Amino acid sequence: MKLKTFKKGVHPEEYKFLSEHKTLERLPIPEEVFIPVHQHIGAPCRPLVEKGQTVKTGEIIGQSTGFVSSPIHATISGTVKTIDNFPHPLGINGLMIHITGDGKDEWIKSFDETSNWENLLTDEIVDLVQKAGIVGLGGAAFPTHVKLSPSKEKKIDTFVLNGCECEPYLTADHRMMVEQSEEVALGTRILMKALNVSRGVIGVENNKPDAIAAMEKATSAFNNIEVIPLKVKYPQGAEKMLIKAVINRNVPTGGLPLDVGVVVNNVGTAIAVAEAVTKNKPLIERVVSITGDGIKEPKNVIARIGTPFQNLIDFCGGLTDNTVKIIMGGPMMGITQHTLNVPVIKATSGILCLTDLSVIKHKEYPCIQCGTCIGACPMNLLPTRLARFAQVENWQMAEDLGILNCVECGSCAFVCPSQIPLVQRIRIGKLRINEMKRKAKLATV
Amino acid sequence: MEDTKQPIPNEEPANTEKPKPKPVGKEKKPEPQYLLSSSPHMATIDRVPKIMWTVIAALMPAVVYGMYNFGFNVLLTVLASVIAAVATEIVINKMRGRESSVADGSAVLTGLLLTMTLPPAFPKAYAAVGAVFAIAIGKQIFGGLGYNIFNPALLGRAFLQASFSVKITTWTAPVGIDAITTATPLGSFKFEKIMTPYFDMFMGKIGGCIGETSALLIIIGGVYLLVKKYADWRIPASYLGTVFILGGLLWIINPEQYPDPVFHLFSGGLMLGAFFMATDMVTSPVTPKGTWIYGFGMGAVLIIIRLFGGLPEGVMYSILFMNAFVPLINRYTRPKIFGELKK
Repeated sequence: MKLKTFKKGVHPEEYKFLSEHKTLERLPIPEEVFIPVHQHIGAPCRPLVEKGQTVKTGEIIGQSTGFVSSPIHATISGTVKTIDNFPHPLGINGLMIHITGDGKDEWIKSFDETSNWENLLTDEIVDLVQKAGIVGLGGAAFPTHVKLSPSKEKKIDTFVLNGCECEPYLTADHRMMVEQSEEVALGTRILMKALNVSRGVIGVENNKPDAIAAMEKATSAFNNIEVIPLKVKYPQGAEKMLIKAVINRNVPTGGLPLDVGVVVNNVGTAIAVAEAVTKNKPLIERVVSITGDGIKEPKNVIARIGTPFQNLIDFCGGLTDNTVKIIMGGPMMGITQHTLNVPVIKATSGILCLTDLSVIKHKEYPCIQCGTCIGACPMNLLPTRLARFAQVENWQMAEDLGILNCVECGSCAFVCPSQIPLVQRIRIGKLRINEMKRKAKLATV
Repeated sequence: MEDTKQPIPNEEPANTEKPKPKPVGKEKKPEPQYLLSSSPHMATIDRVPKIMWTVIAALMPAVVYGMYNFGFNVLLTVLASVIAAVATEIVINKMRGRESSVADGSAVLTGLLLTMTLPPAFPKAYAAVGAVFAIAIGKQIFGGLGYNIFNPALLGRAFLQASFSVKITTWTAPVGIDAITTATPLGSFKFEKIMTPYFDMFMGKIGGCIGETSALLIIIGGVYLLVKKYADWRIPASYLGTVFILGGLLWIINPEQYPDPVFHLFSGGLMLGAFFMATDMVTSPVTPKGTWIYGFGMGAVLIIIRLFGGLPEGVMYSILFMNAFVPLINRYTRPKIFGELKK
């Protein structure tokens, strides 16, 4: 049978073997955590605690300041040492709540199974998800409760669970599906109920046969949930590509999955939702793949949010001497780090450590018009032209050619035989155009 | 304008990896410096030089056969042309104050492709002149690799045809019997209505240019490029397909007057042109739809020249003609963006 997938895209070397068979391990409770007030898409949190205050695990310490925002919780019990700027994995520095632990890991309340979740109303589920501070754990960190609150006129009929993990190296979702398939299935059902949809689809790439088997087993009792194996291709985990692959719908340009009646969530998010709704457990930990040829012992660990990268690296036997690059996330879209003092945040799906052997040696050649980038672009754009127009700051032409539709997957730069930083230039172009649009909007108001 | 090395104002050094300046905090112990760069952090191993040298390798069977067919003399012609091309590249790089681009293999390829299209007994000095023209006027004057509009080797050949029109149409018979002039299958058909056996045309036991005689060896090299994806399969498919269909239609209409389509495919420089010249990445369209239009255009022009024009062969002009339309084709064949609604 021909496996389903989307059109175009690329297939980078997978390197999943480094950690795909490493069972999840729980990282010891860290001595101190740094919890950024801003680790999701949307407005940053307002700290609710003060210096010197004692907190318990699971206690809310930052309140969301808007609808598109998400609260943060203490991830260990202890004392707030300070609230200050520290190195943030998404930028240079960011405001964080620094908690030193008391070593007891005392929870604010013991988990107890809530009364049967199936009796909860849609709004109650969404409320629990919001209070638990759940955001998309695939890496984008978009607040989940926003996705679960589509406007009334949008008719949602399908829920898609993203188990692609199309980024090379990363195996966090893979291990969750293998080891926590029951929770994934439960989370899927809760999310389906929250959206009031009858059809659930789980898309898993075919390089994870054990995950497909586990998910099929866990969902076998539910006829309305289907596990679909997909051909291995990047960026299949991008929402638009995944929807195309599993149910063959085209999200319109500039539109959202909601426009075709679909909501997509990640495997890790489903588990977090299951725990939040059935156990009242806020999002205080997540699975992180620590992998790459620069780490001595690649692992998949469950780490508390706010744990410094250094702790995770040490837990995995440390770095090899020739490690030169530390990336948060996968190799295609991850963000390089200048220090190991940055904390794990809700969006940290992996820590990739690369040695000088696996770092690209860049030498840029002129564009030879080979069109390989065009053949790779999953959005069917013309990356070489977009990058060129962005480079010469011809914003009008760039916009006319659809630069704002770019999903920044990096497939173009990955395949370019001239090693032109295509997606990087396009990214800058997008930023500039969006900035100009905002300014123009302000000027007209 | 075409200088990609000049820093563009406001552009962050997107892909240049450099150590980060010290963090703002009051760090005491020196930390290891990790590389910072914008994603992606992986890349394929295909690079421009690898593509160029692979194309050169794919041409080798036909070149070696050309030497076997037309004698050792051919090797000297190849060398004269390649050396002239490389020397021109070096001189112009110097003049423009650029890093040497010889290692990327494009100059060698141009020199080699040019000789492939020359008659076996063509004077070596003239071949060198053609190579100088191909690199200087065909490529560097536009800004170097990637910026030229026309296929440099074919432009060099067009220059030679205009300058030395007798020498470039003097054909010698194969098997190294020097100075015996013969005719190419196309020439004999066009002017004398003599058909050459297909098997000879396929294997290459015929008169013609150095590298174009053996369809078999060219197809082997060409298919290798298609498999490696260094040439777009749509181009030979649409070019050869158009020639076959248009040639076939005319043959059905009047078999006395026009040759059959198989003859069209295996005669002249069509195979060489379709697999190695028309597929030149720089001078062919970037959009999938555009490559079909490009191939169709070349096929149509070729049939018109071969059957209704004054020349026996039209591969060179068909490709150069369509090269000129490539920017226009690219512009009007923009693919539909994913999710773009019909207008």
